[in-house]
Amino acid sequence: MDRDPNHDGLNRRQFLDRLTKAGICIAAAGAAGFWFHDAKGPVTSEPGPSNVILKDFSVGVPAQKMSIIRGKDRVATLQTALKSLGGIETFIKKGDRVLLKVNAAFASPAMLSATTHPAIVAEMTRLCFRAGAASVVVTDNPINDPASCFTLTGIADAARNAGARVVLPRDDLFSPMTVKGAKLIRNWPVLYQPFTDITKVIGMAPLKDHHRSGASMTMKNWYGLLGGRRNIFHQDINGIIMELAMMVKPTLVILDATTAMVTNGPTGGSLSDLKNTDTMIASTDQVAADAFGASILGRSLDKLPYIGKAEAAGIGTADYLKLNPVRASI
Amino acid sequence: MNIVTTRRICQGFFFVLFLLFCAVTTLGGQWWQLRGWPVNWLIQLDPLVGLGTLLTTRTVYAGLLWALATIALTIVLGRFFCGWICPFGSIHQVVGFLAKRSRSIPEKIKLNQYRPGQAIKYWILIFLLTMSAMELLIDLIRLPETHGLFFGILMLAALSGLILKAVRHTSANPKKTGVVFLIVVAVWLLLSMVFKGYQTSAAALQIGLLDPIPLVYRSINLIILPLVGRTSLSIPTIPRAYDGTFLIAAIFLAAILLNLAVPRFYCRFICPAGALFGILSRFAIWRVGKTKNECIECGLCEKNCEGACSPTSKIRINECVLCMNCLNDCRHHLMTYQITASASGEILGPDLSRRQFIASAISGAAAIPMVRISGHVGKNWDPALVRPPGSLPEKAFLSRCIKCGQCMRICPTNVIHPAGLQGGLEGLWTPVLNFRIGTSGCQFNCIACGNLCPTAAIRPITLDERLGRNRYADHGPIKIGTAFVDRGRCLARAMDRPCIVCQENCPVSPKAIRTREVFNTIDTGAKLTVAKADALYIEFQNTGPGMNQLATGDYFAVVQPSADHRPRRIVSNWERGLRVADEVPFGSSPKPGSRVDIQVRLQQPHVDPKQCIGCGVCEHECPVPGKRAIRVTADNESRNPEHALLLKQ
Repeated sequence: MDRDPNHDGLNRRQFLDRLTKAGICIAAAGAAGFWFHDAKGPVTSEPGPSNVILKDFSVGVPAQKMSIIRGKDRVATLQTALKSLGGIETFIKKGDRVLLKVNAAFASPAMLSATTHPAIVAEMTRLCFRAGAASVVVTDNPINDPASCFTLTGIADAARNAGARVVLPRDDLFSPMTVKGAKLIRNWPVLYQPFTDITKVIGMAPLKDHHRSGASMTMKNWYGLLGGRRNIFHQDINGIIMELAMMVKPTLVILDATTAMVTNGPTGGSLSDLKNTDTMIASTDQVAADAFGASILGRSLDKLPYIGKAEAAGIGTADYLKLNPVRASI
Repeated sequence: MNIVTTRRICQGFFFVLFLLFCAVTTLGGQWWQLRGWPVNWLIQLDPLVGLGTLLTTRTVYAGLLWALATIALTIVLGRFFCGWICPFGSIHQVVGFLAKRSRSIPEKIKLNQYRPGQAIKYWILIFLLTMSAMELLIDLIRLPETHGLFFGILMLAALSGLILKAVRHTSANPKKTGVVFLIVVAVWLLLSMVFKGYQTSAAALQIGLLDPIPLVYRSINLIILPLVGRTSLSIPTIPRAYDGTFLIAAIFLAAILLNLAVPRFYCRFICPAGALFGILSRFAIWRVGKTKNECIECGLCEKNCEGACSPTSKIRINECVLCMNCLNDCRHHLMTYQITASASGEILGPDLSRRQFIASAISGAAAIPMVRISGHVGKNWDPALVRPPGSLPEKAFLSRCIKCGQCMRICPTNVIHPAGLQGGLEGLWTPVLNFRIGTSGCQFNCIACGNLCPTAAIRPITLDERLGRNRYADHGPIKIGTAFVDRGRCLARAMDRPCIVCQENCPVSPKAIRTREVFNTIDTGAKLTVAKADALYIEFQNTGPGMNQLATGDYFAVVQPSADHRPRRIVSNWERGLRVADEVPFGSSPKPGSRVDIQVRLQQPHVDPKQCIGCGVCEHECPVPGKRAIRVTADNESRNPEHALLLKQ
């Protein structure tokens, strides 16, 4: 066969070979195109219904639901407060995994009382372990830089030295949560991961003035479980505090009013914002604890609408006297 | 042990030390956090930092004295810092090695030839140093005006020297020398009069742009560690973010990738510290060189030559980085490190002409006065330039900051960021606060940045000084700016929504953000009128807001006309009525037909500039997501008294 000098080097076999390879490539490109073809374009996706919830951590109906102990030594008053409720053993059983929700919101030293005092965090951890707890976790999602908050408040050291594990918030520890019957906490990121294998939850809050809501006590303390841009909830502060109390059914709450922040709350910043009110409250009813706390601050309940709302929602009773609180002085 | 192996171990040691220093620069008491680690040591060893700040400030700050050790050793040994210590150099050496490892020997030798372009680094050095020395130069020019007597004595001394020379006939051309002397004195006097009233400060430290030590610290601190922080190797819990790092990243990456074209590209062509070492090594006591000139010129000594200093022929001492590879590669054991000069001769000084020197010096001298015509360090200052607490007044700050990024790395709340052009071109990469990024504002009781700053651009303040306590009680706390409420964006001001997150988070006591309580009548769609009512309940004639929309505790009802205008808090509502709280019932039941106004109780924030310290926690927490409704600017910052906002009391 004569060869065209211009096509030197390409015989039929080579041509067919090349043709086959080209065909395969075109077919592959076509297949890939069809495989990835998206005729509709992106649609805005609705977040799926979240299925994580916090379980009910409360323990049956203890004989005593509330104790109010007066005294200057917060460790001693805490011990007495728990003893009057039947002892820590009423709440913490052998093998329990306990979570302490502290208030570590601000990077300020313990003496300014803007955060839960490290001494009671340590004492509560110790008591839990004594009652046979398998583990104790201390957590919060603070407002200021988390690492600085836990360090400067002394909570991290106190908790670790007592044997607790401190969990700092990280994005991957939050899960969207919807509280049943809630208007605000719907598909909202909540610091859920530390709760996954927890059996008991104790809220530990200092008593503080709070300009927007009137007072920051045990119910407001759960705000530190919210993630995301939670500040927008200040548009309905009473609604969010009530829903937080709906979200968490704690084993116990502690309201530390040994030194109350009476002005410039919730940050304080000066010793002159504080007042010695020498009281420790332990309660299984967070509404009652807060109602009593308000009386220490001298605020009437109608200035704190969230307490009435929480009572109306059946979370607890604002009339703490109904609980016959144990009162003692040491 | 082989000298090259020793050098590699030394480089490895310093590189690991450098990485360790960067990694441990986080606040905390663990061993892997900043607890006495000398993390600035490599910066302090860098003589360009010491020399630059000496020229701009006429002082050598604290640990910068370490530079003396490097200088002394360089004068004795040569450019050991480049080949043995510099972590940036080590990166280049490794990348350069990888890039050329499969090349043939002639190609390698060709890559390591001396190139005239290597003189560029001297131009850069002269440019940067003249820039730093401008303040000194202007003071020198002003000498006849400011220290007339001293100037007179100096000139007399010079004159008598010249006369002595002329008398002894040692001067080549006494007449010409005399004329030159007179011209110099005349020009000096003239200039001193011209510059007598020179207003603008003219010195700025810009060595940090290209000095390899600040550059590599900055790149690791702001680019590499934040990337590592996104993996599970993270040290801080929240990955770091830094504003506008693209240019820092681009320069770092370019400097490294240029090794693919020419090994140690940055060291050979750009590095101003290398240039300084080159000049200092002129009188080195030991040098690399040949023992004998009988050499077959195989060129193998240049196969791995890091400095491209031509050891085969006349070795360029100022380019030699003491990598010692030639000692290993010479098959005939001719290369050595010795006291005598190389048998094939040496070149000592940089390849720099007088013209090049003058061009670099003049551009350096002119640069800062020229850019400062814009007035950005004067009246045209950018209020967005909020500097960390303890920062010096802007001009003094710019004459110290080396842009190393140490303050940005240590800041526990990640609020310090490299500036873009807020501080003018010369303020590039200097620290500026950005309250949107990070975990909080500038923490009230933190003084980490100033205590780490290697050059005291941010002073090492005490907590007492920052907070205005004890002996600083008269000064009050250090203010870095002031928060301003944007009334058009504030929820409580513009949108009738209760909020005051800013007030709550204000960390000072008493709070710098105060509130005013107002009751604003809201638009409910229809004018509500009373159908029937008692002391607590009102039923409307028409339809109002839906079920419990007014029951948040923030809404109040006012009946008009009525003798008692007090707003009553609404506890529940439905479309046709509402119930108010028990505490203040209506004295007399509202009459049918009277109007019901629904009011929202708002606490509207306002700032007391006397209390505000500019920490920006309010801006960080403001729930208005885009442009915040309360923002901090540098107004009223303590460091610049001319930025004061308030009358002295």
